Amino acid sequence: MREIIKSFTVSIWFMFLTFPIMVIKVNTIEKTIEWRWERLIFVGIGSFFLSFLWRYLITRKESGIKKAEAGEEIKQPLSQRFFEDRRLFFPALGGVIILTVTFPLFFSSYQTNIMTNALMYVMLGLGLNIVVGLAGLLDLGYVAFYAVGAYCYALLNYHFGIGFWAVLPIAAAMGALFGILLGFPVLRLRGDYLAIVTLGFGEMIRLILENWNKFSFGPSGIANIPRPTFFGYQFSFDHSFIYIYYLMISLTILTIFVVNRLQNSRIGRAWIALREDEIACQAMGIDIRKTKLTAFALGATWAGMVGVVFAAKTTFVNPASFTFMESAIILSLIVLGGMGSIIGVILGAFIFILLPEYLRAIEEYRMLVFGAAMVVMMVFRPQGLISNIRRTYEFRSSKKQ
Amino acid sequence: MDWLYFLELFLSGLTKGSIYALIALGYTMVYGIIQLINFAHGEVYMIGAFTGLIVASILTLLGLNTLSILLLASMAAIIYSAAYGFTIEKIAYKPLRQAPRLSPLISAIGMSIFLQNYVMIAQTSDFMPFPSLIPDFEFMEPYAHIIGSPELVIILTTMVVMIFLTVLIKFTRIGKAMRATAQDKGMAMLVGVNIDRVISMTFIIGTALAAVGGILTACHVGQINFYIGFLAGLKAFTAAVLGGIGSIPGAVLGGLVLGLTESFGTGYISSDYEDVFAFTLLILILIFRPAGILGRSTTQKV
Repeated sequence: MREIIKSFTVSIWFMFLTFPIMVIKVNTIEKTIEWRWERLIFVGIGSFFLSFLWRYLITRKESGIKKAEAGEEIKQPLSQRFFEDRRLFFPALGGVIILTVTFPLFFSSYQTNIMTNALMYVMLGLGLNIVVGLAGLLDLGYVAFYAVGAYCYALLNYHFGIGFWAVLPIAAAMGALFGILLGFPVLRLRGDYLAIVTLGFGEMIRLILENWNKFSFGPSGIANIPRPTFFGYQFSFDHSFIYIYYLMISLTILTIFVVNRLQNSRIGRAWIALREDEIACQAMGIDIRKTKLTAFALGATWAGMVGVVFAAKTTFVNPASFTFMESAIILSLIVLGGMGSIIGVILGAFIFILLPEYLRAIEEYRMLVFGAAMVVMMVFRPQGLISNIRRTYEFRSSKKQ
Repeated sequence: MDWLYFLELFLSGLTKGSIYALIALGYTMVYGIIQLINFAHGEVYMIGAFTGLIVASILTLLGLNTLSILLLASMAAIIYSAAYGFTIEKIAYKPLRQAPRLSPLISAIGMSIFLQNYVMIAQTSDFMPFPSLIPDFEFMEPYAHIIGSPELVIILTTMVVMIFLTVLIKFTRIGKAMRATAQDKGMAMLVGVNIDRVISMTFIIGTALAAVGGILTACHVGQINFYIGFLAGLKAFTAAVLGGIGSIPGAVLGGLVLGLTESFGTGYISSDYEDVFAFTLLILILIFRPAGILGRSTTQKV
């Protein structure tokens, strides 16, 4: 009974809270007011039931923490068992590979295009994952590097006629350069300050692109960017989508390979140490300055490369594609998938990009749902859908009794 | 040098700075107590402006006079913003109080995105004209070419709010409890401070100030949409950092410095880069004086 009263209070509160925004809609030009009372009922009923769910989940989470504290054995997560069981993992991997390679054969170029989009976000997510997931530096201006890559191709091509393949490494280098450029002033900052400065940096890049008409052609952007060629051969309109798809596949595989190797390298370990405790990390003799800068540079490199693919795919760039929302989407797909985990980021990107594409009806509510999902994820499952598997080493005594 | 032009820029900077200061106070109070950047703060400011618009429109149809509309709309905006601030804290931050620093920050970003889209879907994504509720005073007429009545009202309101807030923090019981919580949560709890209530109060006061800022800006600028909170929040945060986050006089000073910088920057250099000046200032301050103008640098404990 107490539970019901509690939920009832919550629903009354939310009905009060959402009343002006949800129910009343004014038209200031025609001076009319529209009352949408039915919405109030939806809010009331919805919050009544959600509050039950919320409290149930909170108690479950708390009991979970208590159990862990009491030293009870926690079940190994499903995802981890899946990856460790070779009989399951390898066939699944094979299936995924076959599906990705043959995808354009079975589906229309429209579908292929969407998949390319998702792959681009996979790559962006993996790049940002280095900075946020591994090194623990919250970067909210990641889209700036993406913009740098895209404009790099657009401008170099416009002024000097340099092709896609020549620009790809240049853009990667430019991305890294800008990463270091951002990294230097923020070396001393941590956590929240860092987040704000990177956000400001991202907005600054966008504003400069928007206002510096002589350099970037302002808000109207640059059009007629050529699609990539294959050893000088230019594909037709339809085929070029398939070509870009395969290009993205290979770039993604390269990214996964490199990020995976980086993760277990000396520098990767340094990043993780940095994330866990900066001071302890310094005490262990890790050069924080260098470690942070490499994280920014290596993270930004991928964004620069994806930027080039983006410019080549849409054949048009303008500053409106590089807003803070884009950074937020990339960040939230990492959070959703699981920070620091490669599989998690891939899964997160696919969920984030494909779900709204196929559920056109909820398109309007996409960002609403994402925002709510970010909050709910942080409250109930901060480690994401697939948590990063931490390597643990056990100390085994060599003497056996 | 044209002194009239200078004065004009100075006053417009002061107006802008006052608004930044009002919003920055909310950031700084919340940060002082729970060390969290309340990313959704700008959104509460926007919701305040929207509530004000809705109430004002209804009252205009009922045919009240401008001054009572302004007061009632402001009251509604303050109440609703405070209610939103309170609820946001309960949902998105309270369960994360023991979590690592990154979690509440991401949760705050999520909240901000959610609220933006909530207003966009429930209301509209277009710009809405906002009625100019602040009347033109007669005694201001001789000075109208330098400073308009809305500007005057904004500057005066900000000053009154600052004084009120200083008194609240310095001399009242809840103010004392807030300072105690900011210094040491555990110790405050031991001497009988209800931490949850203090944090809620901080959110309520901070968001109420944001609502005041929202209404005043909306009257001054004349139009609002669901996205105004983002830039305003970002700039106000810049102001808070500029003055030294956690310090209340710092937030005011930071807001004014930021407003003046923007105003002179646009007036004397280029009007295209208004926002770039703010961010450049932020980055420069953080490089050379990370604690801000009035902030004390803290040594980290290991």
